[in-house]
Amino acid sequence: MISVQDIRKSFGTFEVIKGVSFEVDKGEVVCIIGPSGSGKSTILRCINGLETYDSGAITVEGTKVDPADRSIAKLRTQVSMVFQRFNLFPHRSAIENVMEGPVYVKGMKRAEARDLAASLLEKVGLAGKYDSFPGQLSGGQQHRVAIARALAMQPRAILFDEPTSALDPELVGEVLSVMRDVAAEGMTMVVVTHEMGFARAVADRVLFLESGTIVEQGPPQDILRNPQHPRTQDFLHRVIHPMD
Amino acid sequence: MSGFITGAGNYLPILMEGVVLTLVVTLFSVVLSTVLGFAWAIMMWSRIPLLAGFARTFITVIRGIPIIVQLFYIYFVMPDIGLNLTAVQAGIIGLGIAYSAYQAENFRAGIEAIDRGQIEAAHSIGMTDGLVMRRVIMPQAVRIVLPPFGNTIIMMLKDSSLVSTITVAELTRQGQLIAASTFDNMTVFTLVALIYLALSLPLTFLTRHLERRYSQS
Repeated sequence: MISVQDIRKSFGTFEVIKGVSFEVDKGEVVCIIGPSGSGKSTILRCINGLETYDSGAITVEGTKVDPADRSIAKLRTQVSMVFQRFNLFPHRSAIENVMEGPVYVKGMKRAEARDLAASLLEKVGLAGKYDSFPGQLSGGQQHRVAIARALAMQPRAILFDEPTSALDPELVGEVLSVMRDVAAEGMTMVVVTHEMGFARAVADRVLFLESGTIVEQGPPQDILRNPQHPRTQDFLHRVIHPMD
Repeated sequence: MSGFITGAGNYLPILMEGVVLTLVVTLFSVVLSTVLGFAWAIMMWSRIPLLAGFARTFITVIRGIPIIVQLFYIYFVMPDIGLNLTAVQAGIIGLGIAYSAYQAENFRAGIEAIDRGQIEAAHSIGMTDGLVMRRVIMPQAVRIVLPPFGNTIIMMLKDSSLVSTITVAELTRQGQLIAASTFDNMTVFTLVALIYLALSLPLTFLTRHLERRYSQS
């Protein structure tokens, strides 16, 4: 349903994405791993139209992603994004954050949106926190609100940009378990992550990206247990044994 | 002292006529400068080169010219190109345009204080730019912008005295006229000063209150 074909992008003279192609099927969970600066987040941001790309094409269910076109707002209602730094609206409570999209973008009635938001917050384990403001919530809780906000759009796919890298280590588990539940319900997901455990357990496919190209891709057991390419081997070694 | 009181009794009714015009000029020029200033701020925020460039140039020019010269220009020069305004109209437009430059900088600071991540998050749930402005930026920017906005209103109240130079019979002008005919400078200008103070003090307290309230959260 998401198709990325030979996209390239430069910031100034520096080419961050050098011809990347991949497909994501409906219901599939794809994890993108790789060293920082490899272009992982940029690809995700291109899929959501937050970033332009210089050449190639990205389509979502056949519609071209074009940040300059009016169609982008509609496309984003079908592909939601969860950000590394959560980016909740600090002036609105947890439930209002979740209701914002359904009410103001989709035109849902407030009462109906409230029920939807309440059920989603309950699902991510925040049943008692409807009226808390983001500043009153822990990083893990804020992140789960952000996931509920993405789910509230009832999207076809959700993009996660390094969902746990801004969290304290003891809060990572609660967020990953919510993501695992979302994946289990058949949501199409593209996840940029450093959590190899999550990738191994949940991903259908892992892409290893380095210096703007896909070095290797395949099922997690192949890529993570038995990588073929020396650069993948080196990266995984450094992630798993950082002190060596 | 008794001379001051009898003088005050004589002059106050005339000065009050001036107060009415002072308030009219202040009120309408505040509204005009707010609307224009907001427009400049949005144009700069839009990042559309033509609009942003126009707004920036306009602000730079306006800020580089004394307000009194701008007033002379609008009142004395515009009739040469066929635009005849009453003194009050010229005063409101001149003060409104001059202050729109300062208002714009204030609004721009408020808009830019909102974290870009929130704006991206709003876009990512399908919000258009207009909706992002209305639902995400404005509610937060208002809290940032309000205290300096209060200060701007106080400055505009005082600077409304500048329109006396283009014959608007507001408070300062009325004072000048009375003083010129009675030579009672002491009483007249003390009254004028006290009236300005009385008008601006409530605004000062309101601004301080807002500053305290919004600095807490």
